[in-house]
Amino acid sequence: MESTFFVDLLWKLLQALPLTLLLFILAIALGLVLAIGLTWMRVGSNPILTRIARFYIYVFRGTPLLIQLFLIYYGLGQFAFVRQSFLWPILREPFNCAVLSLALCTAAYQAEIFRGALLAVPLQQVEAARAIGMSRLLMFRRIIVPIMIRQALPSYTTELVLMIKSTSLAGLVTIKEMTSIASTESRSSYRTLSVFLVVGAIYLILNFLLSRILGYVEHRLSPHLRVMPEAKRPQPTLVG
Amino acid sequence: MKLKTIAALALLAGTALVASPATAKDWTTVTIGLEGAYEPWNLTKPDGTLDGFEPELAKDLCARAKLECKLIAQDWDGMMTGLNAGKFDVIMDALSITPERQKEIAFSKPYARTPAGLAVSKTGALAGLAASTPTLKLDANGEGEGLKDAIEVLRTALKGKTIGIQTATVYTAFVQKHFGDIATIREYKTTAEHDLDLTAGRIDAAFDDDTYFSAAFAKPDNADLALGGPQFGGLVWGEGEALGLRKGDPELKAKFDEAITAALADGTVKKLSEKWFKVNVAP
Amino acid sequence: MTTDLASLIELLGFSDKGWGLQFAYATLMTLAVTVAALLIGAVLGALVAWAKLSKSTAANIAGDAYVTVFRGVPELLIIYLFYFGGSTVVTGIGSLIGLDIGMPGFLAGALGVGFICGAYQSEVYRGAFLAVSRGEIEASKAIGMHQFMRFRRIIAPQVLRFALPGLGNVWQLSLKDSALVSVTGLSEIMRQSEVSGGSTGRFFLFYIFGGVLYLILTSFSNQVFNRAEAHFGKSLRRSVGSA
Repeated sequence: MESTFFVDLLWKLLQALPLTLLLFILAIALGLVLAIGLTWMRVGSNPILTRIARFYIYVFRGTPLLIQLFLIYYGLGQFAFVRQSFLWPILREPFNCAVLSLALCTAAYQAEIFRGALLAVPLQQVEAARAIGMSRLLMFRRIIVPIMIRQALPSYTTELVLMIKSTSLAGLVTIKEMTSIASTESRSSYRTLSVFLVVGAIYLILNFLLSRILGYVEHRLSPHLRVMPEAKRPQPTLVG
Repeated sequence: MKLKTIAALALLAGTALVASPATAKDWTTVTIGLEGAYEPWNLTKPDGTLDGFEPELAKDLCARAKLECKLIAQDWDGMMTGLNAGKFDVIMDALSITPERQKEIAFSKPYARTPAGLAVSKTGALAGLAASTPTLKLDANGEGEGLKDAIEVLRTALKGKTIGIQTATVYTAFVQKHFGDIATIREYKTTAEHDLDLTAGRIDAAFDDDTYFSAAFAKPDNADLALGGPQFGGLVWGEGEALGLRKGDPELKAKFDEAITAALADGTVKKLSEKWFKVNVAP
Repeated sequence: MTTDLASLIELLGFSDKGWGLQFAYATLMTLAVTVAALLIGAVLGALVAWAKLSKSTAANIAGDAYVTVFRGVPELLIIYLFYFGGSTVVTGIGSLIGLDIGMPGFLAGALGVGFICGAYQSEVYRGAFLAVSRGEIEASKAIGMHQFMRFRRIIAPQVLRFALPGLGNVWQLSLKDSALVSVTGLSEIMRQSEVSGGSTGRFFLFYIFGGVLYLILTSFSNQVFNRAEAHFGKSLRRSVGSA
């Protein structure tokens, strides 16, 4: 296990890191926009839209991401009419297909998170806002959204971590992101364990940073809701 | 506690079932691994059975060697690992003899030697690249008469283009060496996938075995594909396609070598080859 | 390319040209891998939950490390690790003992998904354990129940009951993760869709078909878990927000 091998490997992986991050950021951003629309449809009063939203969420949460990805990349690429349509310049690139697929999937999960967060907004606050004559937009902006964000943050952090992990699937549609580089390297050098340890460590660092940042945001958003630190409360233990 | 103990014991038992005692050097049954997804060498029929040039040749070879053979399907990128791990005893999947592979496994005598080249789409960016014959004969170092000119022609055509290949094939090194600096190379898990992307125009060319391509072109979805540019044959891809065997099984190798020599001598290989490839690929 | 209904049914059915039988086997394989992973995960999860709940700091740290690693590293990477890495390790061990052990796709997949599943299950068990009323535990200690009996009579039944919703989630997660086992070449639903699609050129059809099969599995599992929750939770007065 000479150091040159590791330096080489690390360099190759770090070159792929921006790609992974870009995939992640674009997918989350697009997914967020879609999720907002989806949540609006889901909790709205139009029964048809609600049905559509529910079906979408059901399908995208009930099937593996891999099949969704392959469906979009290979499945759509199969049809001549798709290849001649205006969408082709986008769907032609595996990167775009990966972003699209990841976004569609995360939109479903994010919509569920938002819906749960919405349900957690206390009805009294909404009533009070209406009682003092707040317009719907103002109520939304000042009351509902802040509470929603705070409520959603823990689950949203989990979803973001899942997204970072999901970018590894992009390697299966010829994108040279970190996991696919790791698997090529391990096959050509036969040092499977060491290669995967290095890549795994990079992902762990990414996730650690992500949770830290979001944990800080959560901390700043809820000074009035802080609970007594765990250590001071007696915990039941299995032994004794 | 009981539940956990039972679970742990069940896990151990399961792992033990996986382990099979090493078969004595007296071979009677043999398991052969192939992809079942590399027409016409081997393919999987809808009902799950394997068919193709290799399954039929396997039947013949096994009869000659007086062995009972079982064929199983395995993904290409797990072939050598599977062989060394004992999942099967022989690889028969258009496996070319190469020095790198010879470090890991042993090979039988070759039963085929096929050229390889680029496939392009007749409606794509490289439509003008006409297939040129005859096939260039290259030696083991990848050198040969006419190679320089052929590569020049290809390099001009492929500059800035995208080439698709299947991962970890013998063609990877060749393509990387000659075109890696001027073209983008994309690696696919299966050959059907690079065919699809070629038809779809996502890649401009795909590099693979000629016999694979001639069968692939026969499929209706690939009607737009054709061979392009010069084809490369000879010893550049190794001595040819042969059976992959473990290094510790010299008796098995001897049995199959004998069977292959006999099959080549009496024209069985030629007959099967013409049936599946329309040409004789015997070395 | 004709897409008339008859040819579609023929392709998906059980006739000579139909892939239906292959997919039936593939579905069973998917279920088998997921069940195996769940069982492996149950053992690991229980161990790790115990480690995290114990007073020993070393055990706490070990448990934390396990959960962090197996929830933070991509599932694909873990499966690659068990498959490619496992082969060399297992062959190495095997050659020491003189056995020809293989690392078949099933084992690598079940272990990979199982270790991941175990991390999630440990959190479920830990939460479920913390939900058991302290009063009951204290009372059982007061009347002199020894540890094993307390576990068998008081703790385990309640933990299982509280864990059921969480386990339902973990099952769904593992079911979907099983699609990644296709990279080992195991003939489960995802791989079968790849093979059928590649062979016929009709990728879209077979990926949709595979997706539908997964949907059927997840919906059916959902129903089973909901019914189990209702049955086992009969004596609990749950607050608003169940189901």
